[in-house]
Amino acid sequence: MYAQLVETGSKKLKTLEEMSPEERAFQERIDAEIKIEAKNWMPDSYRKTLIRQISQHAHSEIVGMLPEGNWVTRAPTLKRKLQLMAKIQDEAGHGLYLYSAMETLGADRDEEIEKLHSGRAKYSSIFNYPTLNWADMGAVGWLVDGAAIVNQVPLQRTSYGPYARAMVRVCKEESFHQRQGYEILLHMMRHGTEAQKEMVQDAINRLWWPALMMFGPSDEHSPNSAQSMAWKIKRHTNDELRQRFIDQTIPQLNVLGCTVPDPDLKWNEETGHYEFGDIQWEEFNRVIQGHGPCNTERLETRRNAIEIGAWVREAAVAHAHKKQQKQAVA
Amino acid sequence: MSQWTLFEVFIRSKHGLNHKHVGSVHAVDAEMAIENARELYTRRNEGVSIWVTPSASITATASDEKEALFDPSEDKVYRHASFYELPDEVGHM
Repeated sequence: MYAQLVETGSKKLKTLEEMSPEERAFQERIDAEIKIEAKNWMPDSYRKTLIRQISQHAHSEIVGMLPEGNWVTRAPTLKRKLQLMAKIQDEAGHGLYLYSAMETLGADRDEEIEKLHSGRAKYSSIFNYPTLNWADMGAVGWLVDGAAIVNQVPLQRTSYGPYARAMVRVCKEESFHQRQGYEILLHMMRHGTEAQKEMVQDAINRLWWPALMMFGPSDEHSPNSAQSMAWKIKRHTNDELRQRFIDQTIPQLNVLGCTVPDPDLKWNEETGHYEFGDIQWEEFNRVIQGHGPCNTERLETRRNAIEIGAWVREAAVAHAHKKQQKQAVA
Repeated sequence: MSQWTLFEVFIRSKHGLNHKHVGSVHAVDAEMAIENARELYTRRNEGVSIWVTPSASITATASDEKEALFDPSEDKVYRHASFYELPDEVGHM
């Protein structure tokens, strides 16, 4: 998902001739679709870019639990509560797969988490929006996880082996998320009261544009894309993925009987794609720079979880130590 | 958490196959590593048995040894069944 602005440290691609012999061998390996593994030589900038991208991705999974956590105690039935908890546990798992992949590059988990908590590392802008009604749980599953899937499916073929393998696991689990979200909305639209149907439309109205922003800036404002694509970390541009998401989502929207808040949305017979209105990039920039509706609250919750939970980690270490000593005596 | 030990996790799937590496977890000891691995890697019936081992205890081949180690087997085609051509009348062997 969930890595929207990843600095690669280079705005211009080197040609094979300009590369050192090591760099050239590395690029040729990538061009031949051979996966890069942890122990292989890699340019420093490739390593740094991956650490940035994978950590952003992991942070997004972890922060992504918070808007949903808001609804665990408020879910309308036990069935919905169990489903929601299962989904949230998956997000924690996805974060952990990704942190593990990141660690194979020599990054330290605590240091990267500290960067998140001090505001130096980014996470997906989408999680800085509040979840105001129960239909938001449906819309998040359908639209946010749906956008994440479009983003993550190509990442299963990303050039770095541990990242690609983590993505395979993530994608397998993610389709449950999207289907459960859509089913929440469909149930409300087909069996709900008028007020509940309005709730669904309200949730879509608020989350549609932020979901489209998840794919990151448009290609012309995405200076790092070329290098990421050359390294095959990214396999498609932001705009390609955004278009793919819109094209597959609008028919599902029609089944729900809802609309999106975009008067310019229309089917283009010639191109075979939907056309859509302008995205408010000012809003995106504001949110990603830390000034969205919930940025402060999200980071505070994460910091509290680590700080207030410190005694649990200390107790676990003390307990393990005591067990070891007992075993040594016996 | 990085001060905790890093463990590699291996899982045997239901179908009697070998344990297979699935990823890693942080834990204070092996017992906790098993608990964490269960939560992280077997939420959907992926396995019937888990092994964990401290990552530091694994010895691996180096990437620059690849040719020295693995190329010698490349030209030994006679080690494969398909190398031996038999007439059709022999049937399946």
